[in-house]
Amino acid sequence: MTDTNLPPRVEEVAQRPSRNQDAQAGFETPPSSAPQPSHGAPRPSQALDTLDALEAEAIHIIREVVAEFERPVLLFSGGKDSVVVLHLATKAFWPAKVPFPVLHVDTGHNFPEVLRFRDETVERLGIRLEVASVQDYLDDGRLQERADGTRNPLQTQPLLDAIAAGRHDAVFGGARRDEDKARAKERIISLRDEFGQWDPRNQRPELWSLYNGRHTVGQHVRAFPISNWTELDVWRYIEREQISLPPLYFAHEREVYARDGMWLAVSDVSAPRAGETIERRTVRYRTVGDLSCTGAVLSDAATVSDIVREVAASTLTERGATRADDRLSEAAMEDRKKDGYF
Amino acid sequence: MSTLFRFATAGSVDDGKSTLVGRLLHDSKAILADQLESVARTSAERGFGGEPGAIDFALLTDGLRAEREQGITIDVAYRYFSTGRRSFILADCPGHVQYTRNMVTGSATADAVVVLVDVRNGVLEQTRRHLAVVQLLRVPHVIVAVNKIDLTGYDRAAFEAVAADVAALARDLGLPDAHTIPVSALAGDNVVERSANTPWYDGPSLLELLEELATIDELETDLEALRLPVQLVIRPQGALSPELTSAGRGASAGERLETQPQDDFRDYRAFAGRIESGTVRVGDAVEVFPAGITTTVVGIDRGPLAVDEASAPLSVSLRLADPVDAARGAVIAASGSLPRPRREIEADVFQLDGRPLTTGSRVLVKHGTSTVQALVTDIRGRLDLDTLETTPTAALETNDIGLVRLKLAADLAVEPYAAHRRAGAFLVIHPHDGATLAAGIVTEGDTA
Repeated sequence: MTDTNLPPRVEEVAQRPSRNQDAQAGFETPPSSAPQPSHGAPRPSQALDTLDALEAEAIHIIREVVAEFERPVLLFSGGKDSVVVLHLATKAFWPAKVPFPVLHVDTGHNFPEVLRFRDETVERLGIRLEVASVQDYLDDGRLQERADGTRNPLQTQPLLDAIAAGRHDAVFGGARRDEDKARAKERIISLRDEFGQWDPRNQRPELWSLYNGRHTVGQHVRAFPISNWTELDVWRYIEREQISLPPLYFAHEREVYARDGMWLAVSDVSAPRAGETIERRTVRYRTVGDLSCTGAVLSDAATVSDIVREVAASTLTERGATRADDRLSEAAMEDRKKDGYF
Repeated sequence: MSTLFRFATAGSVDDGKSTLVGRLLHDSKAILADQLESVARTSAERGFGGEPGAIDFALLTDGLRAEREQGITIDVAYRYFSTGRRSFILADCPGHVQYTRNMVTGSATADAVVVLVDVRNGVLEQTRRHLAVVQLLRVPHVIVAVNKIDLTGYDRAAFEAVAADVAALARDLGLPDAHTIPVSALAGDNVVERSANTPWYDGPSLLELLEELATIDELETDLEALRLPVQLVIRPQGALSPELTSAGRGASAGERLETQPQDDFRDYRAFAGRIESGTVRVGDAVEVFPAGITTTVVGIDRGPLAVDEASAPLSVSLRLADPVDAARGAVIAASGSLPRPRREIEADVFQLDGRPLTTGSRVLVKHGTSTVQALVTDIRGRLDLDTLETTPTAALETNDIGLVRLKLAADLAVEPYAAHRRAGAFLVIHPHDGATLAAGIVTEGDTA
């Protein structure tokens, strides 16, 4: 990548003309002799771009966790959100290597191209990959396949076991608050007990950017550096930073069938039922989960810029359009978080 | 380019906060079709009032099952929307007194707080409590949305009576002037669009106002000296990113590698942290706390990008001319600007935990990138919300705002919050279970 793809130099940002502050002149507020706050006369000269502000916050969070915890790990699926967190980590510690391993909970239903991307990425960055395999648990009987065939709810036990085995006291995730109503309530540093449970009614207050990650033995924290990013922010950042992604995020031809208003891929683990027909369509994925429950959207968006435009104009949420597992009930995500899922 | 603006909503239970937030999101087109469909379905199932197809906007924000069942907000819900000019992070805070601590959480980083008042009820105890919190946290902008104005037949006198009460309270609390707006969250008057129903009000709509107000960093960066609390020291030595070695050449190193051989990075040493206030430029003289050394900034890195200057709130790595002995907990500041390190602080605190804070409590204080042991040496009093006087007390209970003195086990570079927001804020933490007991704000006066 050449320097033209890097963020604008700070001094260029700083020299933008200041915004007109006289806009308030027309407001009618009762005159008052109240003492004014002590920041003096406003002389704003800096209008910082949203992406720069979000990036600065995320890097601050990543560095805090690395400084305050013994054995952090990043949950890394090869999906765009965890890819962005990993990219932020490379910036946070540059020119040093990312100082923590990544962990992937492999359901056995992953898209092969995503697994390839995962392996290439950790290879390129020289970091360690830990894999917790749901298939292992099914093979030795610790878990049973569900009647509906979906494996997402089966991830919790392998995840918690891997956290315990790796003695990880902090687990980074790419979750964003705009994904779901339950996630909207999540702290940036979120305490979990030894069962991995999230207690939404009793979360630790989180003030300013003073993140309190103190915990007792058996507890760990989940850390969400991109909590405040929207789907569009993520795509704009991927565009600005030229971050590479698994190919299935971009338009490609695939054999799919329609179910519950979603396009599901034909694969070893997902096949049409009676009455569902296979079609060849040009699709892309907005999120990456299991083959068995992640829906594709019909799209010709072949580049990141195409996707940015498409997401900006979309009338459906990311999960609403693509995830069968969140449709189980109104409170599906909340229930899964309480059980120790992300 | 859009900028990022953070605001919180507060006010008493049933003043219509969630409805206002839902209306703001809906009218600014931030609600997508599937969310709207799910909310419409639930509204219909519950027989939500109004005409057929009426939507209970509160369902959009109350994300927990317990909240939906009880129709109350327990914890802060963060919502995101944007207009052509700004991206907004909205912290939708609970109104119940028992969840005031969550309102404090949502307001701590806010550029503005929107306090809802029901025009029929006027200022209630929770309004006073929330405005006291806003004052304590020095939120730069206070907006009072006088809600349910439609229920008065858009009566100007009713609005002005409430606005006058709010102005008087703001004056008593020492708040900056509040912007007061007559709104109907349910009907949408003056939320996104200015309303024809209130011709006697010629101010902006709520959203127009939120698009105009300056952020904390816009207000403070120019006026404050550089402060960079060191989070960690970056010294890769052998653990260089593989992309910086000749084999892995490239992706993120950009032009740096054109001009700098990779061997240079073997001796790379930089102090990583977020600029909490002010601006730093290459060539600036800086002093380092607690070492007390003055040195020069020779490089500023934002990841692989070297820049000539950077301002709050950017995260950077600073390279210094001299081999300074500094680690996490150090503060890099504009030369000559650091106050004397302190062992004793006087502070306003907001009690968050159920266990009372008393004289003799042994706690931890987390300030910037330091955490030190501390002792509560004196509880000076608590704020009486009715009289706004500080009255003597032996202990601070949940949701109390009090004045305390703390003795620290080590020097901290604390400063009055009024002068340096981020250098004056701290957490009081339980030394054993790690719970956040209180949020503290350093008041004036060096009493060491």
